[in-house]
Amino acid sequence: MSGTIIAAEIEKRPARSGDAAVMRVISATGVCGSGFSEHSLEEGMAREPDFIGCDAGSTDPGPAPLGTGTTAFPRRALKRDLRLMLLAARRAGIPLLIGSAGTAGGEPHLAIFRDIVLEIAREEDLKFPLALIHAEQDKDYLKRRLREGRIAALHPAPEFDEAVIDRAERIVGMMGAEPYLKALDEGAEVVIAGRSSDCAIFAGLPIRHGVDPGLAWHAAKLLECGAAVAVTRSAPDSVLVSFGRDHFDIEPLNPAMRCSPQSVAAHALYENADPYRLVESSGTLDLTHSAYEALDERRVRVRGSRFEPADRYTVKLEGAERVGYQSVVIGSIRDPYIIRQLDDWLARLDRHVAERLAQVFGADARHGFNVRVYGKNGTMGRLEPVERAEGHEVCLVMEATAETQEDASAIAAIARHQALHLPIPEWSGLITALACPYSPAHLERGAVYRFCVNHVLAPDDPYEMFPIEHLAVG
Amino acid sequence: MATLGELARLIRSKNAGPFELTFDIMFDDPERFERVRRSGVLSRALIARLYRLPETEVRFFIVPEALAFKASIPRPSFQGDLLDGDNHGGQQYAPLVDIPIP
Repeated sequence: MSGTIIAAEIEKRPARSGDAAVMRVISATGVCGSGFSEHSLEEGMAREPDFIGCDAGSTDPGPAPLGTGTTAFPRRALKRDLRLMLLAARRAGIPLLIGSAGTAGGEPHLAIFRDIVLEIAREEDLKFPLALIHAEQDKDYLKRRLREGRIAALHPAPEFDEAVIDRAERIVGMMGAEPYLKALDEGAEVVIAGRSSDCAIFAGLPIRHGVDPGLAWHAAKLLECGAAVAVTRSAPDSVLVSFGRDHFDIEPLNPAMRCSPQSVAAHALYENADPYRLVESSGTLDLTHSAYEALDERRVRVRGSRFEPADRYTVKLEGAERVGYQSVVIGSIRDPYIIRQLDDWLARLDRHVAERLAQVFGADARHGFNVRVYGKNGTMGRLEPVERAEGHEVCLVMEATAETQEDASAIAAIARHQALHLPIPEWSGLITALACPYSPAHLERGAVYRFCVNHVLAPDDPYEMFPIEHLAVG
Repeated sequence: MATLGELARLIRSKNAGPFELTFDIMFDDPERFERVRRSGVLSRALIARLYRLPETEVRFFIVPEALAFKASIPRPSFQGDLLDGDNHGGQQYAPLVDIPIP
């Protein structure tokens, strides 16, 4: 993105009496669907913001939303948040920008958000020009760019080739700030975007209105997480940023929350590998020289953040592929003799399950069988430093993964039965070694997915991967 | 002698995207932060040892304006992979809690 300040654009904006702010921005909440206080949004609207933004996506829920085309938050919760934001933005006549619709920002996710917005518009009798920005990528386009050497791996990254593109359920590109501005330029007043850089939702408009790009991207990084920037975020909520010529001020809109210089500085650490350098499509935000100053008990002023434009514009890719179908058995062990020889017992269980699977499915069949042992190393796996389980009981989660749900459940049922009666030398006679809380003992998890891409693509321009669709609503 | 957990206001781990894991060790009190910094115990080498990685795979930061230390590593399993047991990466900090600080 060009960091050019267009002075004429700033001057043509109506001046507010006694107010030097270049622009004011509200972030309704850290992720659409998690909620915010209606009073906080009202408080923010009283400050006459220039636009409302809200991030709606995350990879935090894992690969399933991207793979299955579903949202991490329930539809009712999404609709509640979207209704309040839409009503506030339409009443004030300011843009509403939503990024990474539906958690993962692919086609099904964008469609879910489109339908909710159209439903709200009907119910509330709202009329507005809506833009949908698509982010799911065409597989032939990705293969062409791969052949051209324009897709590069980040570190660490899974193997990536044309076969991965074919296998992937869905691959999305993470758009920068430019497609949002283009959608607005083309007349949209509400923008629902597919997968997007969280910061891109908030950075574009301030830069266009003359805000220094370093400050704009830094504020965007804080805004995209909503009230997480507060000293203690008691609940998801709204925040306000007011941009000045050489600074921005940030404050939580819930009067019970406050920001401190330390809380604002510390937010750069959250879910981010490098606390000083944040890479975006168009460049890198550098916080090395950022300075944080308390304006009062609740507001913090930030200066000195810098933005280094990139030599080459890149778009990050995210993809999910189906690994198979899974069924799991949850069971516990309380017998002190079995717990004392647990590793040995588990090794024997593996062998017994493998032998029985060979009898049932044939010797060459390939299936996934894994046992998580809670009370031993269920949380940290091979990195668990505690070597000996010392609790009086352990929980086993036995996972069967196969190409069909039917096979996965068959493996789970076999594993249950093998575990149930697996003998130990201390007892003679048939034992029942596993306590199962459910009947049937296995749960069907459906299709399971993995993230299959951690790469960037160098497009010809910031727009080619993100087609914009305009709709006249109402 | 105190433990890192007794001195910090928060020790946490979290995904930094699906492929990296990041640790934040944060303080309220500048003196405690300085004590940990001066001790040299909390370091790239410690993270490498606890998470069984070469030091070249550990990024380590001291962030004085946030009274914080930060380390980032490649995720032990990619998020959501079949053997990953912590989808959010939120419980991987446990071995740091009882580290003794002189």
